[in-house]
Amino acid sequence: MSGDDVWLIGAAMTPFGRFPDKDLIDLAADATLEALADAGTTMADINVLALGNVYEANSHNGQRLQKQVGQTGIPVYNVVNACATGATAVRVVLMSIAAGESDIGLAVGVEKMGKMGMIGGAAKPAAEKKVFSPKGRYGSVLKTEGVLGTGLMPGVFAQAGTEYALAHGVTATQFAKVAQKNHAHSVHNPLAQYRKEFSLAEILSAEMISYPNTLPMCCPTGDGAAAVVLVSGTRLRTMDPDVRRRAVKISASVLTADPWSESGQVQPDVNTLTRQAADAAYDKAGIGPDDLDLVELHDCFATAELLHYDNLRLCEPGGAGDFIDSGAPWRDGKTPVNVSGGLLSKGHPLGATGVANIFEVATQLRGEAGARQIEGARVGLTHVIGLASACAVHILEAGARR
Amino acid sequence: MPHQIPVVAYLRLGDPPHLTSAACTRCGALYFDRRNACARCFATDFTTRSLANEGTLRAFTFVGRAKRPYVSSVVALDGGGVVKANLLGVDRPEQVTPGMRVVLDTFVAGVDDEGTEAIAFGYRPLDGAPGGGAENDHGGTR
Ligand SMILES: [Zn+2]
Repeated sequence: MSGDDVWLIGAAMTPFGRFPDKDLIDLAADATLEALADAGTTMADINVLALGNVYEANSHNGQRLQKQVGQTGIPVYNVVNACATGATAVRVVLMSIAAGESDIGLAVGVEKMGKMGMIGGAAKPAAEKKVFSPKGRYGSVLKTEGVLGTGLMPGVFAQAGTEYALAHGVTATQFAKVAQKNHAHSVHNPLAQYRKEFSLAEILSAEMISYPNTLPMCCPTGDGAAAVVLVSGTRLRTMDPDVRRRAVKISASVLTADPWSESGQVQPDVNTLTRQAADAAYDKAGIGPDDLDLVELHDCFATAELLHYDNLRLCEPGGAGDFIDSGAPWRDGKTPVNVSGGLLSKGHPLGATGVANIFEVATQLRGEAGARQIEGARVGLTHVIGLASACAVHILEAGARR
Repeated sequence: MPHQIPVVAYLRLGDPPHLTSAACTRCGALYFDRRNACARCFATDFTTRSLANEGTLRAFTFVGRAKRPYVSSVVALDGGGVVKANLLGVDRPEQVTPGMRVVLDTFVAGVDDEGTEAIAFGYRPLDGAPGGGAENDHGGTR
């Protein structure tokens, strides 16, 4: 436990799903109080708070949360960063600790989406204009969605998938196998929004949302929250032996945005920033893809997960189709991926997702994941990416060997 | 012939219709929209370039959950520029092949109350359209 390291000592998440009788702050408070209890601490100790939320981001939810769990005057950072919002909140706390401004902090991610329909789906069409006139930076005279291709999330991630498929010969069935795996994994996770297994045939014959992704290959919308408590290595040394024994080291925390690319202006490139984040994280942690005991990656659509096998260097370059065929990312495979059920089945309340992934990996590294435990897991990686784009990768390691 | 207007300013309805792009005068990076500075090299001077009408299909998806199902595609144009538009005259995913060559085509995307037609563009397979080409469609698979 070097004084420079940052450690996780508390983690919690609410179940993901639809909770009409809880408001946004109820969900955030549930995760917060549970994470604080898990860490054996209270708001009295916390030096810094970061709260991630997307859809109500202008409501200063960090301060609203303090009013429900404890107002101690500490600084609050309200964070929004696409689907990397929660992970960015974690990183804000980590940076505050690394900068020496704080030695114990709380990061919370929360979202209440209810039954919004498909993630990033079409908005209600506006009333037709009477007279065409060019508007905006593209000089467009009407809404171009569906006229000049699609820019909505299901279509963007579908096209990212077919680009890889055309280049490397991946089939629609191989993409569907990703969803088959994650839905099967979710059966073991009591916190998952859906816990229903699907056969490959059921997935392939379901409603086509945006080829090759059928309905069970698209993540649902929902409500949920997750929270983590982080401390400096120096502070950790002063803490109770039980807290130290369960502490998980944050060996790397990396955030990236899109570098310029020729095609990026018309079709977001979800690959390059993920590769750059992963490579930087492996370098920082001194850990390679072969060292990972599990990965929680951003499977907002089945096509996305397959691409990220390659982007996170889990498979041979161009070999993501073979990787899923081999069974490697199943929970009994070489590199278990999304043993929580992933976004496809566990759910994707946007702001919570990047904290919930860290909760999952930390819980596994502590050996406390119950029926979904990967035996002997010591090292794990989390990945989130949101269009804009923002990508966060964290590498976590179990503490002293038990 | 009714009055026509392009759906976006980077489509020019000349003979033949073609795309234009802002091009960074320092590094040549292409942008369909107005930019304050080049995202690649940070220069602030731009010129206008005409782009090729032919290119290679890079990505596609059949959008199912829409009022009129259609095919979206990403096309890498010969000589530079990458564009997103509907893929026309293709009915099934199996008809799309790696390195598929396509060519620009236009269609009427809407008509306003003064009878002005908004003209959009898409791409058709270059060597014999596999699905046959309906005029003025969205590339739909009805
Ligand atoms: Zn430039």
